[in-house]
Amino acid sequence: MARVRACARRCIGTTAVPALPVRLQRPAKEQRQFRARRVPANVSGNSMEYFIQQLINGVTLGSIYGLIAIGYTMVYGIIGMINFAHGDIFMIGAFIALIAFLVLSAVAGGALVLVLFVTLLVAMLLTSVYGWTVERVAYRPLRQSFRLAPLITAIGMSIFLQNYVQIAQGARVKPLPPQIEGGFILMETETFAVNLSYIQILIVVLTVGLMIGFTFLIQGTALGRAQRACEQDKKMAALLGVNIDRTVSITFVLGAALAAVAGLMFLLYYGVIDFFIGFLAGIKAFTAAVLGGIGSLPGAMLGGLLIGLIETFWSAYFSIEYKDVAAFSILAIVLIFLPSGLLGRPEIEKV
Amino acid sequence: MVNAMGWGERLQAALKEAGIAALITFALICVIIGLKTDIGPDGLEITQRWDLVASGVAIVFVGRLLLRLVVWGPEGQGRGLFSSIPKAREMPWLGKVLGVALLAIAITLPFYSGRYVVDLGILVLTYVMLGWGLNIVVGLAGLLDLGYVAFYAVGAYSYALLAHYFGWSFWLCLPLAGILAGFWGIILGFPVLRLRGDYLAIVTLAFGEIIRVVLLNWYQFTGGPDGISGIPRPSFFGIPFSRGEDGFAATFGLDFTSMHRIIFLYYLILILALITNAVTLRLRRLPLGRAWEAMREDEIACRSLGISTTNTKLSAFAIGAMFGGIAGSFFATRQGFISPESFVFMESALILSIVVLGGLGSQIGVAIAAIVMIGGFEVFRELEQYRMLIFGALLVFIMVNRPRGLMARREPSIVLKERKAIGADLVAQGEGHR
Repeated sequence: MARVRACARRCIGTTAVPALPVRLQRPAKEQRQFRARRVPANVSGNSMEYFIQQLINGVTLGSIYGLIAIGYTMVYGIIGMINFAHGDIFMIGAFIALIAFLVLSAVAGGALVLVLFVTLLVAMLLTSVYGWTVERVAYRPLRQSFRLAPLITAIGMSIFLQNYVQIAQGARVKPLPPQIEGGFILMETETFAVNLSYIQILIVVLTVGLMIGFTFLIQGTALGRAQRACEQDKKMAALLGVNIDRTVSITFVLGAALAAVAGLMFLLYYGVIDFFIGFLAGIKAFTAAVLGGIGSLPGAMLGGLLIGLIETFWSAYFSIEYKDVAAFSILAIVLIFLPSGLLGRPEIEKV
Repeated sequence: MVNAMGWGERLQAALKEAGIAALITFALICVIIGLKTDIGPDGLEITQRWDLVASGVAIVFVGRLLLRLVVWGPEGQGRGLFSSIPKAREMPWLGKVLGVALLAIAITLPFYSGRYVVDLGILVLTYVMLGWGLNIVVGLAGLLDLGYVAFYAVGAYSYALLAHYFGWSFWLCLPLAGILAGFWGIILGFPVLRLRGDYLAIVTLAFGEIIRVVLLNWYQFTGGPDGISGIPRPSFFGIPFSRGEDGFAATFGLDFTSMHRIIFLYYLILILALITNAVTLRLRRLPLGRAWEAMREDEIACRSLGISTTNTKLSAFAIGAMFGGIAGSFFATRQGFISPESFVFMESALILSIVVLGGLGSQIGVAIAAIVMIGGFEVFRELEQYRMLIFGALLVFIMVNRPRGLMARREPSIVLKERKAIGADLVAQGEGHR
């Protein structure tokens, strides 16, 4: 592998454009899935236990995607743009969580639950500052501009954040040994044991809790009302006293905070992060948001679950190399045949 | 208002604002920059770098204070940074003069410059060609394509594989690569016919990634991450650039240098790029090109007038992809080695930013943007790890300050009485395809 890379570098060396460090080895996420697979597909690939294990893994992965997807869907709902940098906000959330966890566990020692809780809060807080700043710097000045402009600045922001973290924290992957170990063994046969680990339970429970909280926030508070008003008609909402800038800012802050939760979960689940995780996770979460119907919170969650399940089953039963192709193809198919998603409202075209 | 506020109050307000900015900066960088993680003997270790954080915060504080007091004035943020640059609309001759000057420089470049500059020229011209090709799709037809690099890859791999498996020559493969890439443009264009705006962008991005992932994993056929090496170099219409008896130098009675091939490659890509430009300019005057621009401005109106948006979109995708494919096969023969690593999303983003920063639809703007960006990358070669950071920041900065690009000017291809240039800021670009 090293030889290949050296060769590639030598031959491409004359190109002035630095290719993003596309890793030729498998990304960390896939390694984990290899580990989770344990038994070759041909041994117990058809067994019920194997299926249930994949179901559990898929739901866990889907929860993480769902949390990121909410950020996309809220922003799209309110200002009608794809926040391309959201995947990188997730990546930054994971990094802040990692560093905060290391510092806090060095300070507090053994109290894991406390440390995790404070880590979560710190990561949410500091990541939302990133979300706020990105909106303020790159999107707000262009809100009146033509549609391409904020997408371009979003791509610029995404590149900036990736390289910022790469320079500040180094390009190498950051491993974190498993913090929450153990779990329940649901079913056991001679060759295969269905394992439901504590971390998977934590991820799903936390996601469900946040979803309930968010639904309440959108349905029942003044803030949620302001958000829904902005979504429908910004000018009218402003006339009725809704502070648009503030509402949009808060939307970004909330999206970033959820991305930070997803970042921490990702870190705990996979145990390894690098500065490039945001790109793929971002695209898949966006796919999830589109699949569920962009602008709809339950849709984002449902889409996330579906994408997580499809990706896991695809890796388990077909080929792990092409699992990204599966996710991208779903995106294309959904947009072509079901442009408003599963739970979204159809877009009415006004002339 | 300026006089209504005393200096004391003004300073106080500026100090407060700078303080807030500094505080936010601290929140942003305290963890990511202040605490660096490194892999040590027992797990991750943290290095504290508070000096960096302190200097970062100080820079933001002082910078914001100075900006507020000296540049911006007390009220609002006068974003007048670019206002001193004349708008292209006010100087319609500028584009023509620049174009002629650039062309003259481009043609004469190999006569007075060394190998390094000519090599750089080849690279810049490749991106100019890619930019012009993408300009057809994004600038003229208004279809935001984030996966343009896929066609570049198709072209490059077409030539590499045809040469590898069948031993076909470059001159045969060049048009073939263009045709194949054009077909791929149609194949990928079909599914996205109904999509618009941001959705179209994301799906094209997904297609670009799919093609890259397939190239990466189809090991038996494409060599996977190893890529394809030993791609034949182009010949001077059959005469190879070699030292031997029947080589280029011997045939024309010259002394052999490796510069011959480089200069030949330079002129080859120059001609290819100029062909792209000429075809684009001609097409704009044809019904097809006018349909593209009509579709860009307003798709519904365009459809109501009886223009088939299916044909219009597919032809834009196909022709744009064709030029991308030709540039790709040129890239393959120039490098002699290709791998999926050369066709990542970053490339698409780079080409797109060249088109957008140049001013959508402006040919000369794209050329200037390509020179500035690729030249800039080369100038900052020393700062290897920082240049992508700067690239991202610049993209944001320029878009915020000049969202219409550097040369935002449109000239209608058909006029009733007199030719009037339209500033692109008057055209509702992108509203039409939403």
